[in-house]
Order: sequence, then C-alpha cells, then structure tokens
Amino acid sequence: MANADCIVIQGSNMAECHPVGFQWVAEAKARGAKVIHIDPRFTRTSAVSDKHIPIRAGSDVVLLGALINYVIANDLWFKEYVTAYTNAATLVHSDYRDAEDLGGLFSGFDPEKRAYDTSSWGYAEEGEGPIGSPGSEHEHGADASARAAADTFGSGGPPLEHAEVQRDETLQDPRTVFQIVKRHYARYTPEMVRDMCGIKVEDFEYLARTITENSGRDRTTCFAYAVGWTQHSLGAQFIRAAAVLQLLLGNVGRPGSGIMALRGHASIQGSTDIPTLFNLLPGYLPMPSAGRHDSFEKYIAAIGSKQQKGFWADADAYTISLLKAWWGDAANEANDWAYDYLPRLTGAHGTYETVMGMLADEVEGYFLLGQNPAVGSAHGRMQRLGMSHLKWLVVRDLNLIESATWWKDGPEIESGELRTEDIETEVFFLPAATHVEKAGSFTQTQRLLQWRHQAVAPPGDCQSELQFFFELGQRIREKLAGSEDERDRPLLDLTWDYPTDEHGDPDAEAVLAEINGRHLAGPDAGKPLSAYTELRPDGTTAAGCWIYTGVYANGFNHAANRKPGQEQGPAAPEWGWAWPANRRILYNRASADPAGKPWSERKKYIWWDQEQGKWVGDDVPDFPVDRAPGSNPHPSVGGPAALGGDDPFIMQADGKGWLFAPKGLVDGPLPTHYEAQESPVANALYPQQQSPARLVFPRADNLSAPSGGASGADIYPYVFTTYRLTEHHTAGGMSRWLPYLSELQPEMFCEVSPELAAERGLEPYGWATIISPRSAIEAKVLVTDRMRPLAVGGHTVHQIGLPYHWGVGSNAVVSGDAANDLLGVALDPNVQIQESKVASCDIRPGRRPRGKQLLDLVADYQARAGLTTETSNQAVTDPAAEGIEPASGEDGRPDGGTG
Amino acid sequence: MGQLSGPTDPTADAHWEHSHPRKGFFTDTSICIGCKACEVACKEWNHNPQDGDLELLGSSYDNTGALGASTWRHVAFIEQGQERIIEARESGRALVNLGMPRIGPPTSEPSPMDLAEADTTPPDTADFRWLMSSDVCKHCTHAGCLDVCPTGALFRTEFGTVVVQDDVCNGCGTCVAGCPFGVIERRSNGTVKVAASREEQHAKHPEVPNVGVAQKCTLCYDRLVADETPACAKACPTTSIKFGDHDDMVETARERVSALHAQGLTEARLYGANENDGVGGTGSVFLLLDEPEVYGLPPDPRVPTADLPRMYRRAGMAVAGMAAAAALAFLGGRA
Amino acid sequence: MTGSANGSLNWADTRNLVLLLQAGTGYAPEMAPRSFLQWPVVRQLSTGDLLGRGPAVTSAKTEAIAPRTATADRVVQSVCPYCAVGCGQRVYVKDEKVVQIEGDPDSPISRGRLCPKGSASEQLVNSPGRQTKVLYRAPRSTEWEHLDLATAVEMVADRFIETRRRTWQQEDDQGRLLRRTMGIASLGGATLDNEENYLIKKLFTAAGAVQTENQARI
Repeated sequence: MANADCIVIQGSNMAECHPVGFQWVAEAKARGAKVIHIDPRFTRTSAVSDKHIPIRAGSDVVLLGALINYVIANDLWFKEYVTAYTNAATLVHSDYRDAEDLGGLFSGFDPEKRAYDTSSWGYAEEGEGPIGSPGSEHEHGADASARAAADTFGSGGPPLEHAEVQRDETLQDPRTVFQIVKRHYARYTPEMVRDMCGIKVEDFEYLARTITENSGRDRTTCFAYAVGWTQHSLGAQFIRAAAVLQLLLGNVGRPGSGIMALRGHASIQGSTDIPTLFNLLPGYLPMPSAGRHDSFEKYIAAIGSKQQKGFWADADAYTISLLKAWWGDAANEANDWAYDYLPRLTGAHGTYETVMGMLADEVEGYFLLGQNPAVGSAHGRMQRLGMSHLKWLVVRDLNLIESATWWKDGPEIESGELRTEDIETEVFFLPAATHVEKAGSFTQTQRLLQWRHQAVAPPGDCQSELQFFFELGQRIREKLAGSEDERDRPLLDLTWDYPTDEHGDPDAEAVLAEINGRHLAGPDAGKPLSAYTELRPDGTTAAGCWIYTGVYANGFNHAANRKPGQEQGPAAPEWGWAWPANRRILYNRASADPAGKPWSERKKYIWWDQEQGKWVGDDVPDFPVDRAPGSNPHPSVGGPAALGGDDPFIMQADGKGWLFAPKGLVDGPLPTHYEAQESPVANALYPQQQSPARLVFPRADNLSAPSGGASGADIYPYVFTTYRLTEHHTAGGMSRWLPYLSELQPEMFCEVSPELAAERGLEPYGWATIISPRSAIEAKVLVTDRMRPLAVGGHTVHQIGLPYHWGVGSNAVVSGDAANDLLGVALDPNVQIQESKVASCDIRPGRRPRGKQLLDLVADYQARAGLTTETSNQAVTDPAAEGIEPASGEDGRPDGGTG
Repeated sequence: MGQLSGPTDPTADAHWEHSHPRKGFFTDTSICIGCKACEVACKEWNHNPQDGDLELLGSSYDNTGALGASTWRHVAFIEQGQERIIEARESGRALVNLGMPRIGPPTSEPSPMDLAEADTTPPDTADFRWLMSSDVCKHCTHAGCLDVCPTGALFRTEFGTVVVQDDVCNGCGTCVAGCPFGVIERRSNGTVKVAASREEQHAKHPEVPNVGVAQKCTLCYDRLVADETPACAKACPTTSIKFGDHDDMVETARERVSALHAQGLTEARLYGANENDGVGGTGSVFLLLDEPEVYGLPPDPRVPTADLPRMYRRAGMAVAGMAAAAALAFLGGRA
Repeated sequence: MTGSANGSLNWADTRNLVLLLQAGTGYAPEMAPRSFLQWPVVRQLSTGDLLGRGPAVTSAKTEAIAPRTATADRVVQSVCPYCAVGCGQRVYVKDEKVVQIEGDPDSPISRGRLCPKGSASEQLVNSPGRQTKVLYRAPRSTEWEHLDLATAVEMVADRFIETRRRTWQQEDDQGRLLRRTMGIASLGGATLDNEENYLIKKLFTAAGAVQTENQARI
C-alpha cells in the first residue's frame, strides 16, 4: 500500500481497526498519495484522510458501478491491460439476459428455489451451449449457495469445462464482456449516486477524477475494505464491483494496486486456508456434498477440469495428498484414498443454521473456541436461547465471557424468558492459553505465515487448543479402541501420533510439518516437500494443506524466518512465509505488459528477462517462471501448461481477470445494486428491492422491518450500522477484561447527528433506547457532527452508529448492552455471511425497560409495524413487474420482464 | 550556576559531567489517528493504575480527561466545523506574517518559507475536522516543578529531562502548583478496578505503586539509560510521536510546519519550540493545527520561578525602602 | 535574559537548607546507608550542581535504574494476537513470568509499532481477571463448581462419543452416504493457530461433525 498513488478506503475504518497497518497509508500520504475515505461515519480514518465522503450504508454498488460507468464512458480504462489480461474480449452465451433488461433479475431466476440457474451466464462456445462447469452435472445456484461454494475460491476462481473461449479482440461484439459491462452500468450515473448514496455530485467527481488520474502505466490506486463490505446480503458483489473497477484501471497484480482485505483476527486468513468452516477442506478444497460428490471421481471432476488452464487442474494431487496425510496407509488406491471417510454436506450447515438447529433440539453439543457468539454474532438473543437448548457446552477462552455465563446473568435471565433453575445445559469452562504460552503460526491478512515461539508455560489449568484437541482425540480413540463399528474407522485410522514433550503435549512444529507434507515413496521418502508442484495423485505424497506446501521445505520452519526487515528489500521475503510459494503479490505477472516489460519504470516489479529466459524481479513470479510472454499453447492442453504468456491470472480457469463472472457467483454475474434486507429507501434502479437470491429465514423470532415505502416502514425509520473501536476487540473477550483498554472506552454508546438528536429529543451523553424488530438495547448518546443526515431520493436518511463490543454479564471490567442483539439473520448467498452493517431501527430517549416490559416494548413495535414472517422476505419484490406468476414461478426464465 | 529563565541548556545547568544531547519528543498532531496506543504503552511500561470511574466522560472519544498522576500520555479529541477551520487557518497565517513569534527561531533568521511565492489557497477546506493530539509532560527548559521541589525528589537528568524520584518524594505537593501546564499530580489511592463477582483470580491485583507521591512522565528515564526509545514513541503506529535529540526534534518540527504551509495548511503551528517563552522552551514540542487553548494547553506558559529574581529585586527594594523610611523616621525623630 | 545571581543564591539557599537537613538526618530513602561524600549537599559542592537539580540529588535507586527489558532472562519473538495485520512482538520473560511485551522493530510489517490492544498484550496475559481454573455448571445448577482438568476432558470425551452415537446419520433418504453427526458443532478458530485449526478440522471431520465454523463467516 505504501507504493500506491491513491488509496480509497471504503467499507473499512482502517486507522481505527488496523492502526499499525495504517502506517503504510500514512507513509504513502506523506509521499503525496491521496487518501479518500468513504464511510457512513466520519471516523478516525476520515480525520487523517484527504477527504471523507459520507455514504448511505449498503449503497456501495451504486457508487462503484458509477465509477465503472465513468471510466468506460470517458474512455479512461487501461486498454492494453484490459484487452490482454481480462475477459473483456470473451463472448458470453446468447441466452444471457442482463438485470438491466429484466427489471433487476438476471436470466435464470427460479422463484420457487429463490435462486438462479446460472447456466445462461456461461461463456459462448463454438457451436451451441455455454461452457459449463466440469463434472457431469450442472449445479443449480440454490445448491451452490447452500454449500457456500464461493468460499472455495479463496485461492482461485471457479472451474470451467475447458478454456476454449471465443474472443473479439476489438471488444465491439455486443456479446463481449466489455459491451455487457458497459450496458449494465450505463444508468449508474453521478445523479443516481446522489439520489441513492447521498453523495454530492461534486464529491463523486472528485473521487472519480482522483482515482482515474492515479491509475495507468505510471500510477496505481489501491482499494482497502473490511467487513464494511463483506457483512451485507450482497457483500461478495461489493468486492466484485471494486474488482471490476480495478481491472478496468489496470490496478491488479502491480505495486500499490489491488483490493486489500483488512481482516480482523490474528489468523482469520489462516482459519479459511485451514478451514474451521463447514464447507471447506484445507486449501479451499470443497467438503463433499451428497448428490454432487458421491464418488471420488465425481468430486475431483467437479473441482477442476484437466482441460482448464492453471493450477486447479491438479486438484486430484491436492486431494489425495490430504487424504494420505489424514489416514496414512488406510488411504489407498483400492478404497479411493479413503474418500468415503469424509462426511457429506446436504445443504447449508453454517453457524446460523447451527443455532437454528439448537433451537430445534437437533444439536446437543457445542464447542466455543475463542469465540463469544452471545455478544459477537448477529441476533444475540437467538444465540443465547439456542445455547439454552444444548445438552452440553464447552467454552474455551481466556476470560469468563458472556457465552459462558448467559445461564446465570444473561439478558434473558433478566427479561424472565429463561430461568437458571430450568436450564438443562451442562457448561464446561476450560481456560485457554494465550498467544505467548504456546508455539504456532498465525496467517495474517496478506497470507503471510508467522511463527510464534512459546515464551512461558500456560498458568493453572490453561491449555492451548493444540493440547486440548490432541488430548481429546486421544481419549476418544482410546474409548473407541477395538470398536467393530464401521463408522468409527475414520477416527481409529486417523494419523494422530504427534511427538510430545515431557508433559504429553504435542509438538506444533510436527503438525506444521504434516501440513507442509512429505514424500512417501522413492529416494526422498520421509523428506518434506518443497513446493505444491511436487504433489502427486498416486499416493506417493502426503500434505495436509497444499497451498502451505513449502512452509517446511528442507525440514526448516520458514514461518519462523526472522531476517530483520531493515536488512531486506521492501518485499521482505525472508520474514515469515507467504502462501503460495512465498509470493507477496499475487498475479504479479500483470505488473509487466504483454511483451513482458514493466508497464513503467516507476511501477516495475516482475519482468521477462530475455537473456535468462525467465521471469525475474522483486518477488517470486506468480507464473510459470520460464513461460515466455509470447507463448501461446493450445488451450486444450489443460492445466498449468495451457497458460499463455499473457494469462497472468493463473488460478482462474481461463487465465484472465474476470470483469464478468460466468461461474462462481450465485446472485449474479455482475454486481448490481439491491437494497439491504432492511432499508427505508426504495431501490431507484429496479423494481426489485433486495437481492433476489439473498438467504432469509422467515421465522417469528427473526422478523424484518418493512422496506422502502412499504406500510410500517416508518415505525423503524432509521438506519443503524455496527462497528469496532480501536480500544476494543470484537465481542470484548480480549479487551473488556483489561483495565487499560476498558478505561479508554468504558461504556456502550450510540453516535447520532445533532439533527437526529433534535428530532428525537436525545440528550448528549444521556441514555437512549434503540429498538429493532428483534430487540431493544440502551446506550449512552454521543451527539456529533461526525454523523451526517443524508439527502436520499428527496428524503432525509438518518444513520445511527453502534459499536458492538459490549455484552451483558457481570465478569468483565466493563459491560453493557450488545449492539448485535438488534440484528436479524439474513445472509449473502455466496458465502453465507450475515448482513450486520445495515438494518432498521427506531431510537428514543431514556433507558430501556427491564424485565418483561422489554419484551413488551419490542412486541409493541412489531405490532405497530404489522410485521409478519412475510415482511421483507419475498424473493421477487414485484412479481408482476418481473413477469413472474407468484405461485407457479414459470420455469425460471422471466423473459416477460418489463425492464 | 545556571539560570531560571530564558534560553539555556538545562543539562549543562545541572552540571552533569557526562551529559547527553538533550532528548525530547516531537508530537505531530497532524498525523495522529487517536488510537491511544501511547496511553496504553505508557501505562504498561510504568505500571500506572487505571484512572477514572469507567464512565463516558462526555468529551468525544476521550475518556481519560487529562494528564495526571496515573495518565502520562493523554489523547485529546476536538470536533470542529468549517468556520473554526478557517479561523485556525487564518490565525496560523497571521503567526507567519507576524514573524511567527511562537514558531520562529530568533527573528533575525528568515522565516522557513516565503509565503508570497507559495500557493496558500486553502486546499479544499473540509466542512468538518476531528483533531487528535497526544499530550505529555513538557520537560521544560525551566521546569517549575523541579525548581520549587524542596526535597530534591525532582531532578534534571543527564538527558535534560525532568524526573521524579519516587523514593525521595515526600508528597508535599509543592510541585503541583509549580507546573504551568498542570501536568504533575500526586497519585491518589487509585485502584485497578474489576467486577466484583469474579469466580477465580489469575493473580492478585498489583499494588498501586507510589500512592501519595507526585507522579508524571519520566520520558522513560529507565529506558533512556539503556538507549531505548520511550514506550509511547516506540508504539505510535503513525510516528505522530517522534523521539530524539531535542535539536533534531525542533528542526523536524519546523520542516513539517513549512511543508504543511506549502500545501496551504497554514493552520499548522509549533508549540513549545520558542526558547524565549515563559519556560525557556519545552523539551516536548508539538505541531498543532489550532490555537493551544483548543487542545487545553496554556497559550503563554510561565514558570513561577521565572519571576523569582524580579520578586527578590522588588522585595529587596521594599526592604531597602522600608529601611530607608525607618532611618528617615528615626533621623527625623532625632531631628 | 539571565537570572540575577543574587536571586538565584537566595533561592538556592532555601533548597539547600532542606537538602542539608535531609543529609543531616541521614535521609536516604530505601537505600543502604550512604557515605558522607554522597550527601546531597556535599555533592552539590563537588559536582558544581549548586542548585541541587542534577547529579547532586540522585538517589541510589535512581543511579541503579535499568529497564526490565534489559534485565529479562530471555526475549521471545512472537506475533500480536489481536487483528490480522500480524505485528511482530517481543516478549520479555523474567523468572518464568512475562514482564513486558512490546513491538518488534525487526518486523517489516509493523516496524516495532503496536496499537493500544497490542500494547496491552502483557495485561492480556497477566490480567487478574483471567480465568485459569476449570469451571463446571451442572444442569439446572445456579453456580459454577470446580473440576479437575483431566476429569473435565474425560467428561467432554464421553459426551462427544455419546452424542455422536445418538445423532449419527449414515445415509440420507435416497441412500446416499452421509457418514456424519449433526449433533455436535463448534465455533471458533480465527484467533487460533493454523496447527490448532488443523487438528480441530481433522478430528471433527473424522468424527463426522461437519458443523465446524469460525469468525470468518461472521
């Protein structure tokens, strides 16, 4: 980021949430880079930016779409880059219909399943149909959504049958991606931005001018986002919209470019790479789904076709190596490498479905591992009531968090909904070790693994997760030893023999070595692998997470590399280890032009050295190192060998950056603006109000406020958004127990504009009660000009800011009502992340009522707004306008749309 | 012998045999992100107890209020509208045009830049700003606290900083009144508060150190002796707090003001860098974006002992006068 | 402008008187008895610090001062456990206790800097409020009780096996293999190590517990 000429921070409060990372922004700014912060609130990030542009929460696609339109309409896109490195020239199948033509729906929507059949979005093929996915069957969007299939693209794009696409290098064919994108965003104008985002036309022009003036051969613009983009019902599309813009401007794969995801937890990147997620196996391999992956053959075929370009074509080697790492000799060719030891998905099994499963008494036991859902997850009441249905609950944490004590002092005890004496749940609190009391690696936000050495032993009963789960596994295996039951085989055959120290605790480095992988046969048998390209689909290699292969190359823990930064160049390759293959910038082939020369001296990074016949530069080339710029293998070859010299996006099935996503997303191939699940504003672009494919849960305990101008919307007239403060950490488990942090932000508060304070009679630093369709909470009032009413479509929209760090309990140094109690559960269909950055509420002065009166207050609001489980939960807002019969649903092709 | 006001080298005045270059902070508030890492890093290093009563203070994001016995770095948050920004820009420009009494080195030197040639059109004056500024002990050239301390508990270190020796201080509190910035205070019986209903305790609450004793920033004297950076400056994510030789700090600060002025940001001005002010200049200098009062800083700090010579002179004259009067009366009586 | 010699001396006399009184009464707090030559008033004369503002008044404690970073038994390189920037930390250990955690200047990511949370890491480790004993709450109980760690792990293992058995799904209604339990779930991982997540995923997958989730989804 320090190399950027312009930094746009949107959907992130970087200075507050990543202060030390922000030093690189500060450094870029000191060198003259422009920093623009786009956020509903004026935050500490805005305070040190060149400009703050207030935006209505949830309207980001309108703004980004208008920037895309501006770039295309004013001919400011980076032509050489776009033509060579993106799919702009690729032709899309003629069955495709855009949301612009169908009133906000893309072709293929199935109102019965509330999901798209995405087949019409495919690339055109010589002959008839679109290019589909590999494997025998086409996957419906509803099924892809249920297994949050988009998560599997954490290390590369979705698969294609093959990469023999049709292209029109002139970009004139109306079916080219470029023309489709151009048409799609034509109505995303500065005036639309003014009317939907509440952004002044001159502010938009400043933004557009600054970004485009700082893009091109010589200059680069970088975007930074965080959960301000992801936590929306179309969060994935927010990020896609920025990706489309950045690709058009040539700002991907180059120094000071890109879209930087600022992640909030020490190893949240690591926890998706080696996933504690229901739908993934290590290295972004999918968890098998019943019906789709019933055999090993089908599973492999569905991940990556041998005919597509790039490294996903070797998915069989990655999978077999994983199964060998887990089940050793019990995984062999005869039993398909123990593929059937893997459990199967039958739909969405994400954390919110799990909580609903608790309420339905389907889930008996629950482990909380450094997580505090009673405070930190959306709809806190549902979380706590869910836990009260469990038979047993294990909480492993440093402090006695609210998720461990809700049965004693939670809000539902106070409201009388639960009585401690009636709660059957057994609760185990097992104290955890801190980061200095155990050795191990974190993967930070730029995919860098950094090893921590153990400094001291954990005190008292404290244990690391490594110790606890190793021991738990040992005990379970001991208890099952001798079992004849076939279902116990995967546990009994599991490789679980890690070397231990004198206390019986496992050696973390041995686990890292297993993750890295080793040769199982041949002269190197037993030796660590040094690169994932060494993995073989024949059982001669084992590796627990293929993208991490190389971290333990030569038996050396590269995550522990600590050559001081001041003794290295800016890429600092000898500090820690970045996946894949210690690369610091992904897709860095794009930092050179198609002929392999740097785009400019100023932005030089990786280039082709003709004499040496290889790619050289400041980083590990993210490209076959000897693939010459002009090489043009026949695409039918498949795999890495098929990558052309100008295919920098090596993990994409066609080697190109995707402006238009023919596969992989379930809610549209192009980002399109829809309003949030709850919004007081009607969608001015389309009759369709919300994303038709969003996931909703119409339940009496999860009601939504009416949208736009619908009846009852005025009962919850304000927008609220949730966020973090510098002084605290997420749900507070690591900050509210610390006096030094607690004193800096001791109390829950809400931030409101002076105008809203006047409208509702709120006293500065007095109390206010905030009411949503789910709950009501109280907070101290900060009246500030940092919150600004926005003029949106002729109305004034007031936004209320709510930090979410506090929770109700009696053990922390500071406690208070939890903002997340106000949220409902509505999810992005691609990744199943909840919409927690925007929802509707009312606010009034004074503290909230106690006891049953609190429930009465919430119920009274619900009744006045006339809420039912139908409210705001329709897939298609206006079926008539879309030409869809509400009941029959036709066949999913809403051709009669009015547009 | 040393002097009690005006420009001087305080370390030499204190007769250190092996004195180091004078050390100090330069706090550049224009790049402060208000994260308060300085407050926490300071408390961690010095084991200072938690302050306050764990309630919102009613002052934007500031909940520690002011410097005191247990808070040695304090971040102020000030919200301002456009009118005030324009005023600050004008008042800063006026300082320059007046030869920058607070910014300027001795007036013979040329001002750091010729504003006549630069484009000082305000760049895109924002309609709102949020100032953040980390305050700290000034380590004055003429330190009121030190000069009035009757016990020798306060002393001038070999780095030119001013430090309380808690083993010497008897808690008399004279220094509290002696500080023109209100920095030094006696530590009350503060506690590290935690909720009452705790099931188990990992450790006993640390005893609050130095209760009843005068306390303030030591500029991490116990780190300087080992050539380590003070905790706050080391932690500061954006280098808003810089640490180094005092002369370099003042130089850096002047350059930074010039750079901001060249961008038209004439609201930038220095605080504490004028060795002709009432404390002989401060060891901790600041770049502010508005009048000092806005940040809760005295506009014209004055060390009480600066008036001592004048007071003694006047007292002397009064004594002489009275003696003369008495003599006259006596003589007159005689006559 | 300089102070008048007359004024200075008069003032200094006042201060000297106090110091002299201290010296005369053998006032040398906390420290071993000091020789006559170390009496402040003597040092005022010998060092030239006649005003008693510098070397003349330093206590023995002051003279012996050293940072605990220098007196630590060892320094261990670590990484901040809060956000995902991954700032380098140095952990100072004395007598098997963490005495200080601060930024690692060698880190090319953070260059020695830390935010307020990272700066509070030592308190995270040593906080009096930290829970270090196993607690157990029985069904319908209103209070916690203590359990031995080994007993607790044994009880969890029993419940794990029992729930898994009771809620096992071998096939779906179309006869397709499921091989799983929907009765056991977990949430967490984003603050855990890769090695820990790896063991969790490996064990839970082998057990058929598919509902493993973490903060990345939240």
